[in-house]
Formats: sequence, C-alpha cells, structure tokens
Amino acid sequence: MKKTKLISALLMTALAAFLLTGCGGDKGGENGEVIVYNWGEYIDPDTIDMFEEETGIKVIYDEYETNEIMYPKVASGTSNYDLLCPSDYMIQKLIENDLLTEINFDNIPNMKNIGQQYLDQSKEFDPENKYSVPYCFGTVGLLYNKTMVDEPIDSWDVLWDEKYSGNILMQDSVRDAFMVSLKRLGYSMNSLDAAQLEEARDELIAQKPLTQAYVVDQVRDKMIGDEAAIGVIYSGEAIYTQRENENLEYVVPKEGSNVWIDCWVIPKNAQNKENAEAFINFMCREDIALMNFEYITYSTPNDAARALIEDEAIRNSEIAFPDLSKYNDMETFHYLGEEGDEMYNEYWKQVKSAD
Amino acid sequence: MKKFFSRFYITIIFIFLYAPIATLIVLSFNKSKTRAKWGGFTTKWYVELFENEVILEALQNTLLLALLSALIATVIGTAACIAINHMHRAWRTFFMGVTNIPMLNADIVTGISLMLLYLSFGMSFGFTTILLAHITFNIPYVILSVMPKMKQLNKHTYEAAMDLGAGPVYAFFRVVFPDLLPGIFTGFLMAFTMSLDDFIITHFTKGPGVDTLSTKIYTELKKGIKPEMYALSTIIFVAVLVLLIIINKAPAKKETGREL
Repeated sequence: MKKTKLISALLMTALAAFLLTGCGGDKGGENGEVIVYNWGEYIDPDTIDMFEEETGIKVIYDEYETNEIMYPKVASGTSNYDLLCPSDYMIQKLIENDLLTEINFDNIPNMKNIGQQYLDQSKEFDPENKYSVPYCFGTVGLLYNKTMVDEPIDSWDVLWDEKYSGNILMQDSVRDAFMVSLKRLGYSMNSLDAAQLEEARDELIAQKPLTQAYVVDQVRDKMIGDEAAIGVIYSGEAIYTQRENENLEYVVPKEGSNVWIDCWVIPKNAQNKENAEAFINFMCREDIALMNFEYITYSTPNDAARALIEDEAIRNSEIAFPDLSKYNDMETFHYLGEEGDEMYNEYWKQVKSAD
Repeated sequence: MKKFFSRFYITIIFIFLYAPIATLIVLSFNKSKTRAKWGGFTTKWYVELFENEVILEALQNTLLLALLSALIATVIGTAACIAINHMHRAWRTFFMGVTNIPMLNADIVTGISLMLLYLSFGMSFGFTTILLAHITFNIPYVILSVMPKMKQLNKHTYEAAMDLGAGPVYAFFRVVFPDLLPGIFTGFLMAFTMSLDDFIITHFTKGPGVDTLSTKIYTELKKGIKPEMYALSTIIFVAVLVLLIIINKAPAKKETGREL
C-alpha cells in the first residue's frame, strides 16, 4: 500500500514538472510575444496589461538591478531579450560591441512626443539617434536642508566647505564621485587625462574628512531624517524626499553636472523586433508615458505626457523638467573602455583607502 | 557574578543576531514609506502585498520550486545513500567527499557553472533550469542528513525480512524505510529551506519572466525597496523559523517514542 502511494507521489511530481516545462514553451498571445528586460520597478504594471489587451502581444517581463548585471546576461545570450532599457554609457558599450540593432522608426509614430532636447543629449552615446528611444532621464545635483544651511547653494564648492564638516553625504560610486570633483575643477566628467584625474582624486581625498559618509540609497533616507545637511542625489529621488521633508531643496550646481538618460534599445539577437517596436511605440504614447511618470516619478522626456500633468507645480518643476540648454556644462557619462574604467577604479581605490 | 556574565554574553549575541530582523519587522508596520520617519502603525503593507500579483506570482514560484526540488532531491539523495552505504569503504569515503564539495563550494561558482552548462546544451532558461539547479544543490543536504541514520541501521533486520520471504523492494519499504524516515524528513525540510532562500544560483539560472522572491526583491534596489517587501520578508522569516522549529523538534520526538 505504502509503496504504491510513494510511487504515485513520485509520478505526480514528475507530471507537475513536465507540465511546468510545457508552459515554458508556450508562444503566448495571438500576435506572438515580446521579451522585455527593464530596471526593477521601472514601469507601471497596468500599462503592460493594457498593451497586451490592445495588441494581442504577450509580454514576458524581466527585471535587472544594475546596468552591469544586465550586460553579461545580454552578451552571453542566456535569453533572447527583445527590448532593454539601459543607461547612456551602457548603450554606448552595447553599440561598440555590436550588440544592438537599428530601430525602424516607421513603426514608432509616437516618437514625435519625445522632446528634441533629449534626442540631442542622446547623441553623446548614440550619435545618429539610430538605436535608442529615451524613456526616463534625470540630473544629479545637491540636496540640502534649508534649516541647516544659511547661504544660497549653487556650487559643488559647498561640499568642500568646512562649515558643513560631518554633514556631507557623497555618492559611493566611482563615476558619480569623480563627476563631482571633475566638474568642480572645470573638467569633463569623462576625462581620461591622468593629470586632471589626479587633481580630482587629491580634491576628493582632501574632502574626505569633511564627509559624514559615502552612501548610495541612504542619501534619501538620511536627508529625510535630518541626519545630514547636504547630499549628492539623483533628481528623481529629490521630488520624493521633498514630499517627505519640506525643508529639503534640490539644485543643479552652476559648474554643470551629469544628465543621465535611460533608453529603450533592441538587442541584435531579438526574435520579435516588430513587437518590440510596437512596445516602444506604446510606451511613447502620451497617456501611457504619463502613467509611467506618475508611477516611477523619474522625469519623462515625453513632452506630450508632460503637458497632460495636472499638478501645475510638478509640470513646471525645474527639478523634474530642467531646461537643459540653461546650464552650460551638462554631460552624459561615456563608456570609457576597459582601460579607462581601470584608471578610474585605481584612483577611486586611492580615495577610499586614504585616511 | 559568573552567571551574570554568561547571561550578559548570551544577551549580546542574541541582540547582534536578531536586532536587524527586529528592525525589519518593525519597519513592515511603519505607515511612512521611508525608514527615517515613523508614520504610525499600519498593516496596509501586508494588505498591499497580497494584492500585488507580481509578488504573489514570485511567491508561488518560490514555494513550488522549494517543494518540487526538495521532493525530487530527497528521492535522489536517499537512493544515493543506499548505494553509498553498500560500497566498499574506500569508495564510500570518496563519494561522501564528492557530495560534500558542492556544499562547501561558493554559490556563485555553482550558479555560473550551471549557467555555462545549460548554455552549452542550448537549453532555454526558465522554470525548468532553476528547478534543475535547485535539485542539484539540494541533494548533498539530503545525503548529509540521511547518511547518519543509514549508519545506525541494523543490517540484520533487512536480512531477516528477506529470510522471511520479503522481496528486496518490499523489505526496503517495510523495514529499512521507516527507520530512515526521520533522516529523510530532516533532509527534505533542510532542502526546502535551502531552496527557499537561495538567490545567487537562481539569479544565474533563471530566464525572463520567471522570478522568485529573492530575485524580485533584488531588482527593487534601484528605486529603493518597497515596504511590501519588508512585510514579505517578515513572513518569510516567520515561515523559516517555524520550519526550523519543526526540524529540531521532529526527530527528537520520534526517537524518544521508539525507545519507550
């Protein structure tokens, strides 16, 4: 009796496993499928349902947490993704390694909603705007607590001011930290000039005793909790922190800063290129872009969607929608090649290990 | 005085071990989205958690994977134990060593090597590949907990059953299997928990559209982890705690029962 029970249990398990494998091979909706690989929490889930309903294309949705984790998955070809949403410098790297395919813009009539200034900015990594469609963007700047600062803040110099010793939060990533230092010295944040980088490094080492900490996500929580006076932060987070703590103010320093853009791109080994283009087109539709803006709260390059925002304060917010032409030196990160990365990492190590 | 210090020491250890988890549990009841502010007590994150289809699907995947991989690994592991136990001594030591290596191996090595293996076979990544990976890393844990029971077995009961006319299969299930059961059960639960909280191996062997809880939580790093995940982590912690209590209680009870 017991034996038959055990055997039937085993058979059930095998059957279940078999059925599940069967599901994996399912070709999805009536008009095929599209495999999307996006940042985590980077889309309003309702828009995916709407897309499936309207087009009959099944969306297989997958998420990653950093550009660096996405890259090897795409490059090794473990899965044939149809659509990715990497950041600027990573798009450049993908293009340089011949991993992307040109987008057929005839299939994306909603491209007209994307503001020209964002396309111009994209030329830094996609010179002919052939491979990418901007999805989200933002700047990097200073978030400060009005009650803890008694002067107008408009320069990176404030991060080197001894008055705020112990109240400064820096970004704990190579490129972001060096961006601050290089920009403050008037150099390009993509500089590969050893003399400039050494100068930037020495400035960072000089600044180190003044900082409270090198952090990443905690800037947000620490600033909300009044635990620091000034922090380097992404503009997308700034609006959220202001909602939680009204004493916080965000500014893009006058020396210029980083403007980052995350774009849709189609990898070379995509199996459903036309469906991917349909998906991009759908994401560029003004009502959908608006839904995503409200969900993600990162700035949208979709001008038509911006016009639909009801809250005037947000629609005209300098934080969410900066006029990029107003600043002299807004730059986008470039992929510096392996040697460049190594150089930055070496200098960063020296900063981090300095006393 | 000595007693005071030993109690003090134990308390410190427990604070170090459980303070982070306690913080997490407290935050899961925080009305405010940020950890910096206490916005009042709420259970809304638990409600939202169970309304979130994506998270529930991940939960379903996680549990299904844990159950299936633990079941299959238990069967394979137990069969392996029987074989290893009947081997010549030198071979037995050798095979026990071989099965122990994957346990000591870093997860990331197992994960990447499985990914490369699947790639070279041209398999498409999805639920099946994760399941196979989980079975693979679970088998050694089953062997580890069944083997000691196997060694305690009285060889002669099996022989006696055969003498009395039982076939090998019948003798195994009626005589050997009941004695092994506590070990098998422990192995199963251990495999279940190992599968439940694995992240790295799952990350490397998963395909698009399939997420377990751990991989899902990790993807939220860019935008900041949502409080629903605090709620979920709390639930997982409680679940694992309950499982561990069962593991530690179950064999003890069985043994005392038999001795009586």
